[in-house]
Amino acid sequence: MTTVPPTLAADEVEPAVRGPAPARRGTLPPVARVLARRALQAVSVTLLVSTACFVIVQNLPGDMAYRIAAGRYGYDRVTTASADAVRADLGLDAPAWQQLARWWADLAQFDLGTSLVTGGSVVHELRLPVTSSLQLAATALALAVAVGAPVGMAAAWRPGGLLDRLTTVWVAGTRALPPFLLGLLLIMLFSVHLGWLPAVGHGSASNVVLPAVTLAVGLSGLFARVTRDTVAQLRGSGFVTFAETKGLRGRAVLARHVLRNAGVTLVAYVGAQALILIEGVVVVESLFAWPGLGRTLVHAIFWRDVPVIQAAAVALALLVVLINTVVDVAGLALDPRPRWRQVVP
Amino acid sequence: MVWGRPAVAGVAMVVSAVLVACSGPPGAAGGRQPRGGPNVLRVVGPFELHSLDPARSDGFFTRLRVAETLVDADGRGDLRPGLAAAWRVSDDQRAWTFSLRPDTVFHDGTKVTAETVAASLTNARGERGTPWGDAPVAAITANAGEVQVQLDRPYAPLPAVLAHAGTQVLAPASYNSDRTVKKVIGTGPYRVERIEQPSAIEVVAFEGWAGKKPDIERISYQAVGRAETRALMAESGQADVTLGIDPVSRQRVQRAAGVEIKSVTLPRTILLKVNAGHRVLGDLRVRQAVSAALDRKAMATALLRDPEMAATQFFPPSLSEWHQDSVPPLAHDPSQARELLAQAGWAPGPDGVLTRNGQRFEISLRTFPDRPELPVLATAVQAALKELGIRVNVQVGNSSEIPAGHKDGTLELGLYARNFALVPDPLVTLLNDYGPRGADWGAMGWSNAELARTLSDLADGTDAAAAAAGRQQVSGILQRELPVIPVAWYRQSAVVSDRVNGFTLDPLERSWLIDEVRWSS
Repeated sequence: MTTVPPTLAADEVEPAVRGPAPARRGTLPPVARVLARRALQAVSVTLLVSTACFVIVQNLPGDMAYRIAAGRYGYDRVTTASADAVRADLGLDAPAWQQLARWWADLAQFDLGTSLVTGGSVVHELRLPVTSSLQLAATALALAVAVGAPVGMAAAWRPGGLLDRLTTVWVAGTRALPPFLLGLLLIMLFSVHLGWLPAVGHGSASNVVLPAVTLAVGLSGLFARVTRDTVAQLRGSGFVTFAETKGLRGRAVLARHVLRNAGVTLVAYVGAQALILIEGVVVVESLFAWPGLGRTLVHAIFWRDVPVIQAAAVALALLVVLINTVVDVAGLALDPRPRWRQVVP
Repeated sequence: MVWGRPAVAGVAMVVSAVLVACSGPPGAAGGRQPRGGPNVLRVVGPFELHSLDPARSDGFFTRLRVAETLVDADGRGDLRPGLAAAWRVSDDQRAWTFSLRPDTVFHDGTKVTAETVAASLTNARGERGTPWGDAPVAAITANAGEVQVQLDRPYAPLPAVLAHAGTQVLAPASYNSDRTVKKVIGTGPYRVERIEQPSAIEVVAFEGWAGKKPDIERISYQAVGRAETRALMAESGQADVTLGIDPVSRQRVQRAAGVEIKSVTLPRTILLKVNAGHRVLGDLRVRQAVSAALDRKAMATALLRDPEMAATQFFPPSLSEWHQDSVPPLAHDPSQARELLAQAGWAPGPDGVLTRNGQRFEISLRTFPDRPELPVLATAVQAALKELGIRVNVQVGNSSEIPAGHKDGTLELGLYARNFALVPDPLVTLLNDYGPRGADWGAMGWSNAELARTLSDLADGTDAAAAAAGRQQVSGILQRELPVIPVAWYRQSAVVSDRVNGFTLDPLERSWLIDEVRWSS
């Protein structure tokens, strides 16, 4: 919690802070440190996740060739003959380590291979699910933050007040409502009765509204709750009291001291929710026929489509790293506590 | 280098911008948005498009009238000209010659020739495990403007096999150099405008189509996995044709305004496959007892909401040539079932479960959820057999577990829906399923020389009277011996909006017959 005492003159601090000193100590600036750490994490995560997927799929019960044949030809036409043809075609009889080594070698050349079921390139197969999932997650998060954060702040202004209690009811209500049911209710209201929005589909701006609102309703309550607790806690803290004591106006206290500090917590929370949204919204995707990653991954696991499972898992893992990087960097930018300047006695 | 706060904020903005760019308009990856509006026929169904390959695309492009097969079939399964105007067979029944419809062009403008057709059919032969891949074909050649198929042995159902969607004829430009399909360029009245795998397809009327011009200019297909969502779309007028309506939704949609429900009985039967080589189920009396224990009428009424779909024999009435009114119907008779089991040596144990020589009557039943009624019917079978003292362990898994269990001999009971019209002539499916060695989706551990001989005679080609007698014989043997136990037949329903007229359902599920649909005035 070290802060730069205002009494120190800038030139007294500078020698210890800027100039060649950091390089001599062999350290990097915080942002570069974050980026370097995350880059290393991205590479190791890719290798670990893809290998783990491969091992898990190999050890799942049932004969892979039959599962792939069921995916390729449908339930009417999967037979032992088609499974045998799949086995010969894909070289599934080769030892597992050879198959894994082949995947690694291809990965080193940025080749994610082809789907065992459709025969299409994995990159092509995953492009639409990845972009659709990101689009849905971004829209849902934006809506949830836009609603939740202001409500949370307003509730924090009078803890225990009417709005605060209403927020608690809203959180409990929305968390208790399963997304599947909420989605159906929204379709019935906005699509069937009012006819304002399309029930399903993908491609136009109006298509994303209902699935995004379904996800955002539950999240907005959580954001309101987290914002409320953070802001209430900050408002009671010593530095806010000090700022008020020294005569800063309410708006300035809110903007400079409360919101900025609350932002650090909120950004981290938004990051965590973004990951959950991208990975785990299979039910909402299937209800609204949204071509997202969750649905693709479930199909691929059902069919034992190893390259697609590996690539989808790697894409998800890299997204985790990327979002965490954004959260870290944004946190650094928001956090008023200096990470570089040091107090020189 | 020193990074101040503005720089940190800048990096944060850039990384955020990358994220936002990734999540940007899907147009970058998925093409343009599907266009709605008054001039587009919107078809919604549960089927997803996973591959462009004819053998794997589940007949999407023949159903949407984009691609054609040499031979076509009407709703009764009677063959009629498709891309081939006529066909004939040599005296030794080993060479079939197909003459093509004149002046036909592919959607890319190239002319349809015997050579292009032969090349497309040769590519399709590469897929084993399909009716065309498994047919006894020796060679496919182009000869004096006609396509000739040489056979290893006589095979009467060949034209029917060439009506299977896996044999759709595509233009040379449809294929990559390794013979995989990159684009669907067919010869039908509609051409593909946009595909967003796995869920959206848009087709428009093809200007070069020489036949009757379809009234509907533009069609969009959207795959929607959930039956509830499909029903809501049908109700709210967001779909003009909604396929795959489940029984519960059908009852609700019936009350909605501006829609009509069309139904047709499919040549599909829900069958209980029995391992007749099993130490317990090998006894015919036990199979008969299992059959008599099933209250098919109650199952069809309660679960399919359609009492008429209770199966009384193997072939549904829609397969009029094969369905026999003369065979004694399968009936629910629990007392007869108990008697048969007692004759087979089974007596109730202390906990009510049947035992024989210290062995309990416990068996497993495998099924899969791809057709949503299968798991619920499986539990109804389980409950019916429990009444008799038979303990059934229901395993709901992947469809491939039935063929896998057939192969390794671990399957005891399997519940599935068999489509007899994969090829318009059911004989092709029967020859495979009830041959001397049985088949994944047919008999297991059971064979009947008389049945095999009759089917083989039918395949070699006989006169009409002998063929009718043969079919009657097949039906009778299956009913007597119960290598599989019929449970229910199938009715397919679609919801059609009053924006369109003239929509009919094809009982063979070969086509959605959209080129015959017209806008209501």
